[in-house]
Amino acid sequence: MKRRDLLFSAAGLIVLWQVVAMLVNRPILPAPLEVLIVFAQELGNDLIVHFIHSLWRVIAGMSLSVLIAAPLGLAVGGSKRLDRIFSPIIYLLYPIPKVVFVPVVLLFLGIGDLAKITIIFLILFFQIVVLVRDQAAGLPPQLIQSLRSLGAGRRALFRFVYLPASLPGILTALRQSIGTAVAVLYITELFATKYGLGYYIYYNGSTLFYYPAMYAGVIAMSLLGLGMYYSVDWLERKWCKWKFVS
Amino acid sequence: MIAAQSLTFGYTPNSPIFQGFNWQVQRGETWAILGSSGCGKTTLLYLLAGLRIPTHGRIEIDGERLTRPRPNSGLILQDYGLLPWATVRENAGLGLRVRGFYGDDGKHTPKNFQPENRVEYWLERLGLNEVADKYPSQISGGQRQRTAIARTLALSPDLLLMDEPFSSLDAITREDLQYLTLSLCEEQKLTLVIVTHSIEEAASLGGKILLVGASPRVFENPHVRDDDYRNSGKFRDLCDLLWKEMRGDPHPALSRGERVEI
Repeated sequence: MKRRDLLFSAAGLIVLWQVVAMLVNRPILPAPLEVLIVFAQELGNDLIVHFIHSLWRVIAGMSLSVLIAAPLGLAVGGSKRLDRIFSPIIYLLYPIPKVVFVPVVLLFLGIGDLAKITIIFLILFFQIVVLVRDQAAGLPPQLIQSLRSLGAGRRALFRFVYLPASLPGILTALRQSIGTAVAVLYITELFATKYGLGYYIYYNGSTLFYYPAMYAGVIAMSLLGLGMYYSVDWLERKWCKWKFVS
Repeated sequence: MIAAQSLTFGYTPNSPIFQGFNWQVQRGETWAILGSSGCGKTTLLYLLAGLRIPTHGRIEIDGERLTRPRPNSGLILQDYGLLPWATVRENAGLGLRVRGFYGDDGKHTPKNFQPENRVEYWLERLGLNEVADKYPSQISGGQRQRTAIARTLALSPDLLLMDEPFSSLDAITREDLQYLTLSLCEEQKLTLVIVTHSIEEAASLGGKILLVGASPRVFENPHVRDDDYRNSGKFRDLCDLLWKEMRGDPHPALSRGERVEI
């Protein structure tokens, strides 16, 4: 996607927002300029602190899920025996919407960051396991055979074939999950915390009725998602150069 | 160099592809394994590569029973087996990296293996310098196959196993690579076993040709290295003979179990 196209789209959305705000003409939908001014002011106050708390939680959850799910996906995709054991379990658990476990996780892990990170981890974990497993299992047999003929045993196959082959799968899973992860982050931050963008949005919107600040929080959360999306794109261009050559 | 003794193998126990098969290959020979699709020629190559293990009987290479891929054998497949995420240079050096990964354990890497980086030499020798930093998707089929050859030769093998390596290439590139293969075998003192379904390719590369089928047969092709052999009458006669054999119209000498020499 070109940067110019993105700027045009953003400008279009702001114009649309302005038009709707003028039509509605109520405090619940302030105009974009008003929100942007409050956004800048709030950044100087504590919006940045809330942003950092949310960013930490979502990055911790994502990192944890990649570190645990990617090796498991590789192992299951590379071994028929492990696939027979784990695939039925994954198939049973994968379709369950993990967000329903929010109360359970909070009860077990308490109200700190661990519970919030665990929920994000749970959501991403299954997506990554499934994508990496499929990627590893779908490798052409000729590729494996020719590496084996070069002397590669199981360890070298993982190092030189399965691991690099799974990178696009991991990044795709991350990209697909960012939206869900940020949405779940919002839900987890509604409970028992005083920091995080979820808390900030809810507190300003439902307790203080300070709508411009609420929208500033929404913008911050959107920027969080967008920034992560672009970071994954950047990593993909850096680590998977071969996918972008003509 | 290679000895297959009473070799039996099948993917299912009741339908063996080979049963009690015996075969000898001497060092420095070039063999073509010819046969129609599904006759088991690729399976035989995988057995020689140590990627499949015989159900009964044994394969010995240099007197050692083959139970796993042998570090001194190089395998080149139809689909080149190149890593799509690695450049031509990285692909050509992959075998050396695998050896460096294990060290000279005698299992994955030959004992006393002297790591000598011959990658640049082979890239240059096979005309790949200009595309060395490109990915496999950016180069032609012929260049991909040259990369696979460079990767194999960088490990200084003594046995080259090729599975229909040129079948997806255009006629001119195919012929160039066939000549290159023969000259490299002579220059590097390599033993070559190449699997093909093309009669012309078998007759162009195989000093001996093994026709795989219900009863495998051997054809001698002593003039294979002669200049302009491909335009000779002997070449055409051999192709005609092989064509008839593949269609199930055997030469009288073969039906008596003898070898045929053109």
